[in-house]
Amino acid sequence: MLRLEKLVKTYKTGDQALKAVELTVPEGQVLALIGPSGAGKSTLIRCINRLVEPTSGKVYLGDVELTGLSSGALRRERRRMGMIFQEYALVERLSVMENVLSGRLGYVGFWRSFLRRFPQSDVDEAFRLLDRVGLAHMADKRADELSGGQRQRVGICRALIQNPALLLVDEPTASLDPKTSRQIMRLICELCKERGLAAIINIHDVALAQMFVQRVIGLRFGAVEFDGPPEGLTPDVLTTIYGEEDWEATIEAVDDDEDDIEVAV
Amino acid sequence: MPVQDLKGQKIWQRRTGRESISHWIMWLIGVAIFAFCWQRISETTTWFFVWDAPRIANDIWTRATPPRWEYITQLGQPIWDTLNIATLGTIFSLILAVPVAFLAASNTTPSRYLIRPIALLIIVSTRSINSLIWALLLIAIIGPGVFAGVIAIAIRSIGFCAKLLYEAIEEIDQTQVEAITATGASRWQVMAYGIVPQILPAFAGIAVFRWDINIRESTVLGLVGAGGIGLQLSSSLNVLAWPQVSLILLVILAAVVISEWVSAKVRGAII
Repeated sequence: MLRLEKLVKTYKTGDQALKAVELTVPEGQVLALIGPSGAGKSTLIRCINRLVEPTSGKVYLGDVELTGLSSGALRRERRRMGMIFQEYALVERLSVMENVLSGRLGYVGFWRSFLRRFPQSDVDEAFRLLDRVGLAHMADKRADELSGGQRQRVGICRALIQNPALLLVDEPTASLDPKTSRQIMRLICELCKERGLAAIINIHDVALAQMFVQRVIGLRFGAVEFDGPPEGLTPDVLTTIYGEEDWEATIEAVDDDEDDIEVAV
Repeated sequence: MPVQDLKGQKIWQRRTGRESISHWIMWLIGVAIFAFCWQRISETTTWFFVWDAPRIANDIWTRATPPRWEYITQLGQPIWDTLNIATLGTIFSLILAVPVAFLAASNTTPSRYLIRPIALLIIVSTRSINSLIWALLLIAIIGPGVFAGVIAIAIRSIGFCAKLLYEAIEEIDQTQVEAITATGASRWQVMAYGIVPQILPAFAGIAVFRWDINIRESTVLGLVGAGGIGLQLSSSLNVLAWPQVSLILLVILAAVVISEWVSAKVRGAII
């Protein structure tokens, strides 16, 4: 469904953020991208929808090659890739509804969007999604009145209303408390399952990643160091990705966490 | 290093010896220049007039008080003109300043090396010439009257508004723009959804702030014949009708106080 071929990004400063990354994501697979800060995780997902222009290499979304597209064609393809951000990236001074509907901008003409005259089907879908994430009563609130977890739910709605085939998720939980983090991760993974969406989730929290995803990619200095199931993340593997550290606690914490959840339920 | 080693004790001074000497020389030159300028100004000043100033000022004060209150019936129209010059001038200038600001902001300009310098040039050139001088030029071109005043205020304000607005555009949160771009929105949609909501408070603040300044500036435009209350002021001064002058100054003061109050209220409501 998504295929990266020898994807390279070299910044103007000479930093090589991605070194010939090869990656294939099948339909409906949720994978976590882990790695230390500066490993190129954000750059990788931004190179897919070309918020950052890759230096060389190819990105195939289905049969379409993205890196060579004109700006018009790129906008049409961007509609198929929903993006969720670390700091939510909602437009703070717009209402929740406007933020969700902004996910339809790629489908609606300028004047209709400027005058906020979105098609009724879009408005219906927006209400359905807000109801799904438990925020239907918040539709009229301004985005900056919401708490962190609520904002991220609105961000999820904005990505899903695009009706995407792929979700690009950049540190969805980095600004949230541990409980909300799990709720948000669970929500993202549930929604992906419901809709058969593939997703690439950048995440710092290894334990959280292991809890929810089917596949983990470890990135180090812009190269793939690990590609496998979450159980494959042994202390040795984590050392090759992050460097020397006592990893037992991190991995054990996962088991504890799962117990916690069972108790909580 | 201003640290000296004296018998094993470290002595710290703010400046080294050479630095403090050069510092003293700079001060000496400064004082010398001041004394020289004072002397030159003193030579060309008719000191009799200066010593006489308090008496003259007192004389004018007694002539100007009390103000000629009944003259106020003739000031309604001019002060209304003045308000209109300021308001229309501000509106026109905002209409012109918004595109200039978008062309000048480094994150929205279509071309950093061609269009941005032109936009910055427009900002600098309109700002650097006083509205009174714009009015003099425009009166020569389009004739005396309120319209010349409106255009003078409008041109003078473009640079001010565009400069503050483009600084606001450069300070926006870029991730919100990224998020809108990622939905597949067009360039104009990104502007309408990602940028405009973020700069709207700054825009409203700039608009009322400039309107407030323009009311003060438009009161003097009449001195050169560009309409408004300045016209009455200049004719009253010409015939030495001091009671009228004092009334006009009071009316201007009232207008400025009211405009300050309005703009403070509006800014308070936005922020």
